[in-house]
Amino acid sequence: MATLVSLQSRLPLIDCQYYYRNRTVDGYRKKEYKAAVKIQSWFRGCRVRAYIRYLNKMMTVIQKWWRGYLGRKHYRQMVKIQKRWRGFKIRKYCFNYYYLKEYLRAISDTNQAIREALEEFAEMRGREKKKADLEKEEKRKQNQARKTHYLLSTKQIPGIYNSPFRDPDPMEFEIRKVRAFQMPSAAHQIQQTDYEDLSTWLACTSKRSFPRSDILPPINRKQCQGPFRDIAEVLQQRYKPLQPTLRVATSINSEKDAREELRREEWNNRVHDNVFLPFSSFSKNEKYVPMVQTSTKYNGISYAQKQFQEEEPTKWMSNKTFQTVFPPFVLFDKYGKVYSRAGEIA
Amino acid sequence: MSQRQVLQVFEQYQKARTQFVQMVAELATRPQNIETLQNAGVMSLLRPLLLDVVPTIQQTAALALGRLANYNDDLAEAVVKGDILPQLVYSLAEQNRFYKKAAAFVLRAVGKHSPQLAQAIVDCGALDTLVVCLEDFDPGVKEASAWALGYIARHNGELSQAVVDAGAVPLLVLCIQEPEIALKRIAASALSDISKHSPELAQTVVDAGAIAHLAQMILNLDAKLKRQVLSALSQIAKHSVDLAEMVVEAEIFPVVLTCLKDKDEYVKKNASTLIREIAKHTPELSQLIVNAGGVAAVIDCIGSCKGNIRLPGIMMLGYVAAHSENLAMAVIISKGVPQLAICLSEESEDHIKAAAAWALGQIGRHTPEHARAVAVTNALPILLSLYMSQDSSEDLQIKSKKAIKNILQKCTYLPALEPFLYDAPPNILKHVVGQFSKVLPHDSKARRLFVTSGGLKKVQEIKAEPGSLLQEYINNINNCYPEEIVRYYSPGYSETLLQRVDSYQPLV
Repeated sequence: MATLVSLQSRLPLIDCQYYYRNRTVDGYRKKEYKAAVKIQSWFRGCRVRAYIRYLNKMMTVIQKWWRGYLGRKHYRQMVKIQKRWRGFKIRKYCFNYYYLKEYLRAISDTNQAIREALEEFAEMRGREKKKADLEKEEKRKQNQARKTHYLLSTKQIPGIYNSPFRDPDPMEFEIRKVRAFQMPSAAHQIQQTDYEDLSTWLACTSKRSFPRSDILPPINRKQCQGPFRDIAEVLQQRYKPLQPTLRVATSINSEKDAREELRREEWNNRVHDNVFLPFSSFSKNEKYVPMVQTSTKYNGISYAQKQFQEEEPTKWMSNKTFQTVFPPFVLFDKYGKVYSRAGEIA
Repeated sequence: MSQRQVLQVFEQYQKARTQFVQMVAELATRPQNIETLQNAGVMSLLRPLLLDVVPTIQQTAALALGRLANYNDDLAEAVVKGDILPQLVYSLAEQNRFYKKAAAFVLRAVGKHSPQLAQAIVDCGALDTLVVCLEDFDPGVKEASAWALGYIARHNGELSQAVVDAGAVPLLVLCIQEPEIALKRIAASALSDISKHSPELAQTVVDAGAIAHLAQMILNLDAKLKRQVLSALSQIAKHSVDLAEMVVEAEIFPVVLTCLKDKDEYVKKNASTLIREIAKHTPELSQLIVNAGGVAAVIDCIGSCKGNIRLPGIMMLGYVAAHSENLAMAVIISKGVPQLAICLSEESEDHIKAAAAWALGQIGRHTPEHARAVAVTNALPILLSLYMSQDSSEDLQIKSKKAIKNILQKCTYLPALEPFLYDAPPNILKHVVGQFSKVLPHDSKARRLFVTSGGLKKVQEIKAEPGSLLQEYINNINNCYPEEIVRYYSPGYSETLLQRVDSYQPLV
């Protein structure tokens, strides 16, 4: 009962409390509501973000794979193209196989050509050498034949190369063909004496006439028995060299030669060849100075002028003078005109 | 009368001197007399006769001295020690041509023995007088002085430099153009001796315009002249690329190739030396030689001579092949490899064989085609035997080993490789088996041949450490064949089979 009373006493308060509580709770209600909304929204946001993150990761993985696949596909295609391109480039520009083959073929052709050319060259040289050798051999044989020309066989005596029991040796024919070998000193001597003049004639006579040989006579020659003179003396007398007189020894032209010599000498020493001309104008310009004897009013001496040169024109047959048959004396024309009066008589 | 007697005494003395000096000069021509002459003290007697009043005695005394000094170097030293050289040099400038010739002969005879004697000659001022003699009118005097200068310059670079500094080179080039063949020879040999020491000296010779004249004289018919000219050109060309190019620009190709066909052996040798010196510098020069057909000419030349004459030709082929694979292919198609194989087997000297081995290695190392060309000629077993034999020199062994290795690394021609399985030492065997393991997986016919020729059997017999390269190769080879065959050929298979027979329970 008591409780009931207490409760009944509280009854009117309940309304107030109810309304009070509601009022107060209302105040908080918004806040709490907002707080709850906030919390829930944040939580939902977290969940969704987590989900999105998860999705992102998956997306990344897939895209990664996909892009990798694309790249590889691309790469394979690229590689194909580049492979082809590189092969082409190398084959065409860096190492052209066919070019190399061509080059090697050209090399082997050149080698062949060179080998042939060298062979020919060597052969030609060999032939030339052989020819030269043969010629030398020929010459040697000929020389031999010339030197041993005395081995030629005569009609009576067959030579050593012409044995009667066998065929004649080829040397025999060789000897018959060639001419004999002459000692060179004799040939030279003959040449020298062609152009002799008197100065060496003496030497020539002594050489030619005295019999000279390379081998001197033996020293211990026994004197021949009998009234013989000493052979050296005899030979000396026999082959005494000519000792001509001065008149004989001088040549016939010696005087003329000497004159020529002098003239030449003088011509050499002359300064110039023009002959000194007389001062002809000197005498022309000179005024005539008559002699004292002729320039007198008295009759001059007619001794030299007139008496020897008397003229009687009446006795002349014609007006013409004598025809000159002989050339006039040049010397007489110069009379009175030569500039020097040296040596003139008066 | 007494005056005549007095004069007669002098005349007798002069006759005696003349006779003495002439007899000594004649005796000095024979080597067996020289010892006796030396013991009799001929040097001290000849020395005052050099200063004699009569010119003939002076000349004959100089000639006798020259012959004595020529014979051996003790006498030459005695000439130097006896202070004869200054007198000779002085009178070289003054006297007539016979004396000049004799004095130059003495200088040459003294200078040829050793560098110290040559230095003594240079020290007493002989070079200037010798160079003056080079301008003389008489060709004999020029020849004697050029010879003396050549012998002095031969020894080393300093002496050559001294000769060049004395101004000899332009005069020598003038001497080459003279008509006398002997003078040309000597001048060419002197130029060759000068230019061989260093590039600067060679450049000096080239600057004097020597190359054009030397190149013209290659066509001359005289063999000894050609020898000297080719030697001079090769000494010039060997130093550097520029000099070699200058020599080539003088248009020596293809004229030089005719010298390779000459009758004289040394002309051939010097011609191939010249070509070798040009080819070794750059690939372009080698290309030039190949295009001119030089390789064929050199190969023919190698074929036609023997011994040391071949050596430069062999080396030339090696140098050409070493530059590039196209050039090596050019050597191969010119039929060079059979010739080199013949040289390798025929020659008796080790250094020539070493050169041939090296050349083959250079040819075969580029590509499998090249290696095949070398292997076909059967050169590889010869190389192997040279490597293995005990009497080969060390150089030969090294070169043949390198050649084998180089060729084997590229060789895919299996019939040539098979003999190697049997004879080769382990280090080479490794390479051989490696080559087999590269080729066999791809070629079925080769596999068949390998089995039938007994190669597989031999491979099974090879013992190798597991894990080594050799074992790997063997495994590769075994993988090419079905297991039964491999087991069939493995050693001891017959025993295992028999064991199986023993342990077999027959079906009743």
